[in-house]
Amino acid sequence: MITLSPLRWGKPYESLDFHDVVHFDTGAPIAKVGQVGGGVVAKDLRKAYKAREALLKYSTGELIEMSIKAAELFENGTLSVGDSQQSVDDFVHQQSASTGLPEHMCRSNMVKNSFVLKNMGQILDCLTRGLDLSILSNGYGEEGRGVIVSYQAQTPILGAVLPNNSPGVHTLWLPAIPLQIGLALKPGSQEPWTPYRMVSAYIAAGVPAEAFGLYPGGHDAGGAIMTKTERSMIFGSAQTVAQHAGNPRVQAHGPGFSKILLGDDIVDDWESYLDVMVESVLSNSGRSCINCSGIWASRHTREIAAAIAKEIGPVDVKPPTDPDSQLAAFTVAAMATGTYGMVQQDLAESGVTDLTAEFGDKLIERDHCAYLRPMVVHADSPDRAVASKEYMFPFVSVVECPQAEMLRRIGPTLVGTVITADKQLIAAAGACTHIDRVNIGPIPTNRLNWLQPHEGNIIDFLFRSRAYQVADLPVAAAV
Amino acid sequence: MTSVDSQVSPEIASQAAEALDRLNEHTLKTVHWHFSDDTGSPFWLEKKAELNFDPLTDVKSFDDLKKFPLFEDDWLRGGPVRRWVPQGHAGKPTYVFETGGTTGVPKSRVVIEDHWKDYELFSDTLPDEHFPRGSNWLMLGPSGPRRLRLAVEHLAQHRDGICFCIDLDPRWVVKLIKKGWMEHLEEYKKHCVDQAVTVLTAGHDIKCMFTTPKLLESLSEALEERGTSIQEVGIKGIFSGGTEFTPQWTRFCVEEMLGGPAEDGGVFMTPTYGNTLMGLACSKPITAADGYKISYHAPQPRAATEVVEFDDYNQVVGYGKTGRVKLYTLTDEFFVPGFMERDEGEREMPFAKFPWDGVSGVRPFHELATATTVGVY
Repeated sequence: MITLSPLRWGKPYESLDFHDVVHFDTGAPIAKVGQVGGGVVAKDLRKAYKAREALLKYSTGELIEMSIKAAELFENGTLSVGDSQQSVDDFVHQQSASTGLPEHMCRSNMVKNSFVLKNMGQILDCLTRGLDLSILSNGYGEEGRGVIVSYQAQTPILGAVLPNNSPGVHTLWLPAIPLQIGLALKPGSQEPWTPYRMVSAYIAAGVPAEAFGLYPGGHDAGGAIMTKTERSMIFGSAQTVAQHAGNPRVQAHGPGFSKILLGDDIVDDWESYLDVMVESVLSNSGRSCINCSGIWASRHTREIAAAIAKEIGPVDVKPPTDPDSQLAAFTVAAMATGTYGMVQQDLAESGVTDLTAEFGDKLIERDHCAYLRPMVVHADSPDRAVASKEYMFPFVSVVECPQAEMLRRIGPTLVGTVITADKQLIAAAGACTHIDRVNIGPIPTNRLNWLQPHEGNIIDFLFRSRAYQVADLPVAAAV
Repeated sequence: MTSVDSQVSPEIASQAAEALDRLNEHTLKTVHWHFSDDTGSPFWLEKKAELNFDPLTDVKSFDDLKKFPLFEDDWLRGGPVRRWVPQGHAGKPTYVFETGGTTGVPKSRVVIEDHWKDYELFSDTLPDEHFPRGSNWLMLGPSGPRRLRLAVEHLAQHRDGICFCIDLDPRWVVKLIKKGWMEHLEEYKKHCVDQAVTVLTAGHDIKCMFTTPKLLESLSEALEERGTSIQEVGIKGIFSGGTEFTPQWTRFCVEEMLGGPAEDGGVFMTPTYGNTLMGLACSKPITAADGYKISYHAPQPRAATEVVEFDDYNQVVGYGKTGRVKLYTLTDEFFVPGFMERDEGEREMPFAKFPWDGVSGVRPFHELATATTVGVY
């Protein structure tokens, strides 16, 4: 069994408290993770400036090169993780065993994280719109227009309270290191694997260990990260997001409520887009904020729902090692039963129909975990409560709504795929502030272009653009 | 309570047997006091009528307390509070102390002098080199209708010192947490800690203090931000309690807040476990060699704790085994013949200083843990 220790600015700390990470299906322990409290975190964060100082010894170019090397190590290497040597297969087995995610999905997420590392130079070029990155290091510089530009780092480190069960989200904090911003991470209690392996890969690639803090622990460890860092990310529920709304120091990531909108001009040809809809709903077991939870159209909605149901309704539980496994387990069985209870309430409303009813039981309970099989429901109006729901399994509502009302009624939408050639609708979708990432055309909601910002541009989050004027002294200063 | 088995030395076993004799004798005396018409409280005299045994004749030992139904803390909610005052103490000035009460009616316990007696006994366990007699104290913990504030002040006075106090309302803290007003929570904590820093740096010769683990962390941080430390402002000894202690926290505290182990010149810190019902249980000295394990021993015979089976609250678990903490209070002011605490832990062996059972690894009872807001201040 592997033991993971907290990392205090690069130094492993042997805690006296341990949390057992257990196999989702058998309950057998697979890792011991040393825990720290908020006091340890707060103590370390007082020296956060040292993390940035350590990174500033290297240029952004050098750190981008290290990121590329780290990508290779993360995706293919055997790395020192905790007290063990961890191969790629070990990582995949461990992550699948604790999160309930099928192994092939763990590999996909690994590739996704690695892609971001590998393409870090290009990603930063796009996110900064071609800024000379030395300007971020120095705080100011010239771009050739005869005007100084200045970007001031708002924090020496980025804090992050990471989720338990979504290995894909780690792409969001990876750019901090080449931007010379250290990391203080609280790994999820069931998914310590990605942050530990990623930090190990970064260090093996030459990034100074002093740039990293890993603080597994309870709520007070996470609380300390949130209150003691100038910039932090947190992943949680809609309630978590609401709690941090308007706080410029916190980027809160929650449910995505991602949607596909079918324009009136193409909806009669909806079958051509069935694959896009199915992938958007089913990929990664419907767990991501970028999975589609709502498909909106003005007509044919019942037929669309029935066709998606026919594709994903039969999907059943398979072993996590099966390459065709499509469903992730709920490692806390009560979450599945609770979710199922909420779905039952949704279905009780008049005008809501379950199109997957004929495909058997949805709630599959095991000794240590539970599963929810895919569900497709039809809502005859956006007024139905289910039209604005998102759950942590393949679940979609197909909502009947006149095109003219759609953009006004969809509500917050992380990824909005608008399938249309109607220029007016395209323009309106581009202007719709409900939608964060907009896709025009048949792009599955789960296919992100990492060269574009996601839920805010990390450059704008970590740096502030400001004025910086310089004048020569009338008399040379004494040296 | 089960007798000490062969796992301890004959000397300790003999001391434990003597302690048990004292406990049995004390139990008899206490039960007679609370159930005699001329000394007992209206509450227990009324309760006597509901019992299917006569406490005056059928309770002959500590173990016989198991004949009573478990004490329900809900009995302490609401008035009239005088029903708890034993007739034998009628006419004496009486305090009422409260626990809970963030929402709804708090639990109330009447006290005449128990808080003084408990803390005088506790004082005997404090090493003078770390809690110098005559030095002043700081009480940085919950105040208002709680007994802790007056008890710590009495402890300071009992040791010839003067106690400085900070106002802290834990009910407001719980409300802030429940509302998710974390910025307000931080500000309130800062408000309290700032006052403590002011007092500690104002030349009052404060060498000893009570505080909770979380406030100790905050105080240490606030002092460090000002370029000083708990040690540098002159604190020699701290007794701490009110929320859960873990070995890991204690180690962090000793190594990174208090300047190292007391034997190497660091500030001495002793964890305590207690509440308004019981008083104060002391801890066995904590050491790095023992993995910073924290074992508490009740102030027997005035109070006793047992670690009992989760499915049979009359059955004590074996030494080292895990169970729920059961509490007994046996003073002439207050009688609790078995109350199930909201904590669990491991049963600990008697040792020379406290030759009776203790409990270690105290943490919220796993069946209640998710519903409880712990460590709020």
